[in-house]
Amino acid sequence: MISALRGKWLALLCLLPFALFFIAFQIAPLLWVASNSLHTAEGWGLGNFQQAFASPFYRQAMRHSLEVAFWSSLIGISIAILGSYSLRQVDSRLRDFVMAFSNMTSNFSGVPLAFAFIILLGFNGALTILLKQAGIIEDFNLYSKTGLIVLYTYFQIPLGVLLLYPAFDALREDWRESAELLGASNWQFWRHIGLPVLTPALLGTFVILLANALGAYATVYALTTGNFNILPIRIAAMVSGDIFLDPNMASALAMILVGLMTLITIVHQWLLRRSYHVPR
Amino acid sequence: MSHAEKRSPLFHQLVVYSLLLILLLPLLGTLLYSFSTSWSASVLPSGLTFKWYLALWSDARFLAAFGRSLLVCLAALALSLVLILPLLFVVSYHFPKLDAVMNVLILLPFAIPPVVSSVGLMQLFAGGPLPILGTPWILIGCFFTIALPFMYRAISNNLQAINLRDLMDAAHLLGASTGRAAFMVVLPNLRKGLMVSVFLSFSFLFGEFVFANLLVGSRYETLQVYLYNMRNDSGHFTSALVISYFLFVLLMTWAANRLNKDKS
Repeated sequence: MISALRGKWLALLCLLPFALFFIAFQIAPLLWVASNSLHTAEGWGLGNFQQAFASPFYRQAMRHSLEVAFWSSLIGISIAILGSYSLRQVDSRLRDFVMAFSNMTSNFSGVPLAFAFIILLGFNGALTILLKQAGIIEDFNLYSKTGLIVLYTYFQIPLGVLLLYPAFDALREDWRESAELLGASNWQFWRHIGLPVLTPALLGTFVILLANALGAYATVYALTTGNFNILPIRIAAMVSGDIFLDPNMASALAMILVGLMTLITIVHQWLLRRSYHVPR
Repeated sequence: MSHAEKRSPLFHQLVVYSLLLILLLPLLGTLLYSFSTSWSASVLPSGLTFKWYLALWSDARFLAAFGRSLLVCLAALALSLVLILPLLFVVSYHFPKLDAVMNVLILLPFAIPPVVSSVGLMQLFAGGPLPILGTPWILIGCFFTIALPFMYRAISNNLQAINLRDLMDAAHLLGASTGRAAFMVVLPNLRKGLMVSVFLSFSFLFGEFVFANLLVGSRYETLQVYLYNMRNDSGHFTSALVISYFLFVLLMTWAANRLNKDKS
């Protein structure tokens, strides 16, 4: 009995190093940000948040963050849906190759990705010139909001395929045949069976893509050297820039970013509860 | 089968090849750029050369940054293993109920963007008892949090597959102490899960930029920070750098995939 008790204590002791590191590098920084976001020159209060929402500059950063995240997630998930559905219909050699390649490109993000896009789609990029010569586009500015959406969409696609591909397992081939036997058209099958069954997976993937885009920093920083007004850039500029430093305001903006993600997750949970569930 | 069904494989192949093309295009562009003598304001480069790679691989600053990245990643992975393995063993053997708590905790590094954590980390480690801001030590700690969710899940899945309790009971019956059994019996059985999670974690730790740039920057220049600092250099040179980096990461993910396949 006593030795069993000692074993438990010894076991708890084994958890201590992990707990220490996890608290020091994950919990404590978050708590610091949360508490300092409420710290203003006049003392404790919501002053930082009021200031953040009152300033057109910070509001623009929030709007840019949401717009880029939303559109890149939407386009990204659309391509990923089409891609992963088609991937299931082609022969396994091509499928395995594309899946493996897609997994590898999910590592291709941040600074290297920004550089690759500058070469391809920058002002003198090969693709920009090609598309201009073909008369498809008049001008393309990679360093604008549209440019960022294109760039973000690129790194959303592999993640979307990775998450969605297994989801199509839920869609059984015999349902499709049954629906067809009962006289359902292709559109009717998707509207009444396919989409409702896939909804939870689609929602979940969309939320992960949104969060992925909202928190992304390296890509946009490398592309615009911090000149594009978007939340992660604003946050970092106020703790590491050389113009003016305001860690409390940075904390408030950081909490707004975390708040946005939390809000998205709550909406996701709410939608998930209302959606159709595959009985297990 | 309807008429539309018979035609569909071609359509699906078209979609899959387009997907491949989209994903491949930036890489192909960079690859071609890294091999071209000069390429501006035209669709195709004017000539091909190997000189950018020669320049890159003989650049002392690049080699130093590469070495630093390797060192920090390996140290972070070693630290993660030392911290996570005992944790997982203790949780699944002594406190299985804690697993639910852990599954929530390991979501934190996912849910909190590095740029948010950095704000707190910068203030906490600038002074005080542990003034490690600007040194590789802080990166090792941060990289541990990034690797945590992947390692925890991969090793936890592996632990569930090996029947930990039966293995431990058998080892105890044969007279081994709990510690000895954990080291000599359980650990070797986890080898594959460990290797896969180490290779995968390595491939994305190697590409980490946010913590490296904000917390340490040029004071301990890692590969990604070096790449960023080279942005005003020749685009061909940085392309050679991007391709070299990607090939290295490719090798790591390929190794992880190979190991993963062997299992089944």
